[in-house]
Amino acid sequence: MKKLFLIALLFSSYCYAQEGEIHGDFQLNLQSYKDDARIGAIAPDEIILNNSFFNLMYSKGNFSTGVRYESYLNALLDYDSEFQGNSIAYRYATYSLNNLDVTVGNYYEQFGSGLVFRTYENKGLGVDNAMDGVRIKYNILNSIDIKSFIGTSRTYLEYSDGIVRGIDFETNLFELLALEKSTNLILGSSFVSRFQKDNNPKFNLPQNVGVYGLRSNLISGNFNYYLEYVHKYNDPAGSIADNSNNYATGNAIKTSLTYFQKGLGFSFDAHRVDNMEFRSERQQSKEYIINYIPTLSKQHSYTLLAFYPCATQSNGEIGFQSDLYYKFDRGTIFGGQYGTKININYSRVLALDGGSSLKNDSIDFTPVFLGSSNELFYSDLNLELVKKINSKLRVNSTIAFQKYNKDVLEGKLPGEYGIVESTIGVIDATYKLKRKHTLRAELQALLTDDDDGSWSMALVEYTMSPNWFFAVQDLYNFGNDDQKNHYFNFNFGYIKGSNRIEIGYGKKRAGIFCVGGVCKEVPSSNGFSLNISSSF
Amino acid sequence: MKKILISLLLLVSTVSFAQIKNLPNVDVKKIDGSSFNFKNIDNNGDPIVISFWATWCKPCTKELNNIAEVYEDWQDETNVKLVAVSIDDRRSQSKVAPYVNSSGWEYEIYIDPNSDLKRAMGVSTVPHTFLLDKDKQIIWQHRGYVEGDEYELFDEILKL
Repeated sequence: MKKLFLIALLFSSYCYAQEGEIHGDFQLNLQSYKDDARIGAIAPDEIILNNSFFNLMYSKGNFSTGVRYESYLNALLDYDSEFQGNSIAYRYATYSLNNLDVTVGNYYEQFGSGLVFRTYENKGLGVDNAMDGVRIKYNILNSIDIKSFIGTSRTYLEYSDGIVRGIDFETNLFELLALEKSTNLILGSSFVSRFQKDNNPKFNLPQNVGVYGLRSNLISGNFNYYLEYVHKYNDPAGSIADNSNNYATGNAIKTSLTYFQKGLGFSFDAHRVDNMEFRSERQQSKEYIINYIPTLSKQHSYTLLAFYPCATQSNGEIGFQSDLYYKFDRGTIFGGQYGTKININYSRVLALDGGSSLKNDSIDFTPVFLGSSNELFYSDLNLELVKKINSKLRVNSTIAFQKYNKDVLEGKLPGEYGIVESTIGVIDATYKLKRKHTLRAELQALLTDDDDGSWSMALVEYTMSPNWFFAVQDLYNFGNDDQKNHYFNFNFGYIKGSNRIEIGYGKKRAGIFCVGGVCKEVPSSNGFSLNISSSF
Repeated sequence: MKKILISLLLLVSTVSFAQIKNLPNVDVKKIDGSSFNFKNIDNNGDPIVISFWATWCKPCTKELNNIAEVYEDWQDETNVKLVAVSIDDRRSQSKVAPYVNSSGWEYEIYIDPNSDLKRAMGVSTVPHTFLLDKDKQIIWQHRGYVEGDEYELFDEILKL
């Protein structure tokens, strides 16, 4: 250990001499809990729980290094309880020189859309599957990018048994061949493989499981077309009791088309996924997932619009979503004095015709390639209007029609809940009282006869730029015949530059909480919260 | 563990303490799909504003819409350039260009597909706004956005 000290000292004096730069950020999330039988909240024995993170980075020229200290004493209830204790869970060193970039320690990486491989972190969701190992990136001829890595993936505060290695090539063909500049054709291919010893006495399980992907992206003027295909070699889960254990291969195809010009934008995304969950271990558990299948639905930010969120079924689904953005110019009938913006979004996701390969015992089974069954997983048709009424008042309004297959999306028994069909309306009005004082109100309603019945929400927020904000909100389950619960919340906060302190008190409802396409189930709770975040 | 921490503290204490000043050496994507080293953003010695945003983030789009209304005036007065870095991942990345264009934003747009730049700049939540001086040194930053925050930002730009 004395050696470490010496190294640190030497290193720090070196840094000092070179005048590098130290920076980072800090986050503290404290929450107190109390029992609330009415909403089913159960306080943990600790009463107060804590998640904190501290990132420290040092960089000098082409060299950088960093660590993250994570503290879960103990982890907040909406985190997995596997997060426990303190840890320097993330540390890395990297340098780049003459088109070569070397990282040792932890790193996050994504190949293509992430269908083959993606490691990332999202503190809000408690997701962090950083790799630990070595990564090398190299650029040849200024037009071919090669990325390769080897490592194990983080699972909570430990690492997977499986060793994952991968390589990815990407090139801009038009640049490579020095063709015209107005068009880009970007081609990519990747291969990722996992090694895990076969310790199963009954089955002959593959010790090496590979995934490959091919992708192309054509960008010309205002058009952008993307196509990606990925294939997974057989990857039986390795538990003999599991009836979904078979030697089926997996695959996915993803495509998107976008068009835009001033005042108009259009996008279309579609994918077909069959048995395409790729993990750093054989075990079918979410903490081992190291690929990413983007969810085909709009990521809503208003509470009731995101109440019943879509989640990708990587075992098998087919679907699309499409968006239209348009701005009515000022002075037109719909535009009025300041112009009006609209966004129409439609998404629809269904089961594969014939079911997922994973669920069929026959090795040779393949579901129908193009074609979906009648089993709907999710659909959402929504229209958003953004309108400036006058110099003081602005109104955002949204109406949405959603269908949500609760049995499939929340992993319940078939027929247990069925489809939740809802109509949702949101009005968000912002009124400027003074130059830096603003009042904002949200009114939301979700109308449904299914599940817990209808909900409403009201929020009032007062902000004083640039330092203060206050908000009160109430979520009310008025359509529930058993218990018409209120979920009241109060928040206020102070912001100064890159520091932010927020104190809150209130009740949270149990439900599915999604950010960035990943969802987690959170329990109901009642209590105070303190959040501090800061960058330096 | 304790010893590592102490070593770290030693490291921090020996280096002159400073906020993030320089842009990190990290690749981002342009709208046309090509890679770009973010260190190389430039405005010929005039101020640069960097705003981290996402298509699904209401305060972010509010901030950028509000600045869009006064952007021409800001540019006339100070030659400032706004660089908007989208942290949309693959779920919503194909919406970035349609969103930006339909909104009529005249900003320089980049995409940070797996949040590498976001992490390197210590951004934990969006929106997060930075101001760079003529030497591309970060001299001011602000977390979050509420109506009227753009006035403070413009005051800071005017100080340059």
